[in-house]
Amino acid sequence: MDYENSDREDRTILPTALKILIAGGFGVGKTTLVAAVSETQPLRTEEVLSERGVGVDDLTGVEAKSTTTVAMDFGRITFGEDLVLYLFGTPGQDRFWFLWDELALGALGAVVLADTRRLADCFPSIDYFEGQGLPFIVAVNCFDGARQYSLEEVQMALNLDPDVPVMLCDARKRESSKEVLITLLQHVMKGRGLTRKPETVGS
Amino acid sequence: MTRPDAEPLWVDDEAGPVVRPYAMTRGRARPRNGFNVISLVTATRAAPPIDVGLVPEHARIIELCQRPLALAEVAAHLHLPLGTVRVLLDDLVARQLVQVSEPRPPATLPDDSVFEALIHGLREL
Ligand SMILES: Nc1nc2c(ncn2[C@@H]2O[C@H](COP(=O)(O)OP(=O)(O)OP(=O)(O)O)[C@@H](O)[C@H]2O)c(=O)[nH]1
Ligand SMILES: [Mg+2]
Repeated sequence: MDYENSDREDRTILPTALKILIAGGFGVGKTTLVAAVSETQPLRTEEVLSERGVGVDDLTGVEAKSTTTVAMDFGRITFGEDLVLYLFGTPGQDRFWFLWDELALGALGAVVLADTRRLADCFPSIDYFEGQGLPFIVAVNCFDGARQYSLEEVQMALNLDPDVPVMLCDARKRESSKEVLITLLQHVMKGRGLTRKPETVGS
Repeated sequence: MTRPDAEPLWVDDEAGPVVRPYAMTRGRARPRNGFNVISLVTATRAAPPIDVGLVPEHARIIELCQRPLALAEVAAHLHLPLGTVRVLLDDLVARQLVQVSEPRPPATLPDDSVFEALIHGLREL
């Protein structure tokens, strides 16, 4: 790429931008977790999907009915000058896989939030990340009134690979949500090279 | 999928009508680029030039991106769908009014020092 004759010098340092996905069923606390750790209130962005689910294609004679707007919440954490971490809450419906692909592309990993009262709600997320080879952890969100299951029980019920960390969390609490992200990062770091190529190749 | 009662107050939600983006991109529905949602957009100028091919939203992007801003953030601030912003970025890139920097290749992982910086940074939050 060849950019020139800009009227200012190239003094801007580009930070490294990274992202993590926060997935899980409807109402499981994705936005709450993003809000708990982000430096600003969560932002919302949208993607307009046509009925065929392939982006904003086929614009001739577009009618409101032929498109669906899918909203995604996301937050940002800036670490110094050179590192920015984005957290994207995935849209909770299976028919938006197109959008999941877009969000997952280049992601470091994912947090799957689970509610023990509705464990099956996180199956689609787990299937998706397993299929993509994207490392993930499961964080069991502690809702009031939910029966306490042991983490082993959850692991069994979800039929998880024993390497996948399962932990408790309270998405409303910053410390707890931080711990979730740290656990994911440690998991990704430990598994690097096993599922994906490290960056050292070629350059 | 919308539950008005559950709408969190802190989500800035003044998105305009969905029809508008199409007019803005003059019917061009499909961006030529597939910029990642965390691609960083940086304006190459302090202000937009006079150009009949530009709409106010192009100018807004240039204003917003005086510092690098992720594509998703640009879209959120402009209350426009990601696809629409990608189309607008096509125009701006073609005029060399912004630079878009893609994140590292999807199949690669940053080295340990980056993970350590993230973990350390999170602990310090
Ligand atoms: N008791 C309890 N409530 C929680 C917890 N996390 C989230 N909630 C509440 O659960 C509700 C739903 O949380 P959201 O963060 O909106 O869930 P979401 O996954 O973003 O929901 P959708 O985007 O609609 O799928 C909110 O009222 C939260 O306050 C938690 O750890 N414990
Ligand atoms: Mg949400």
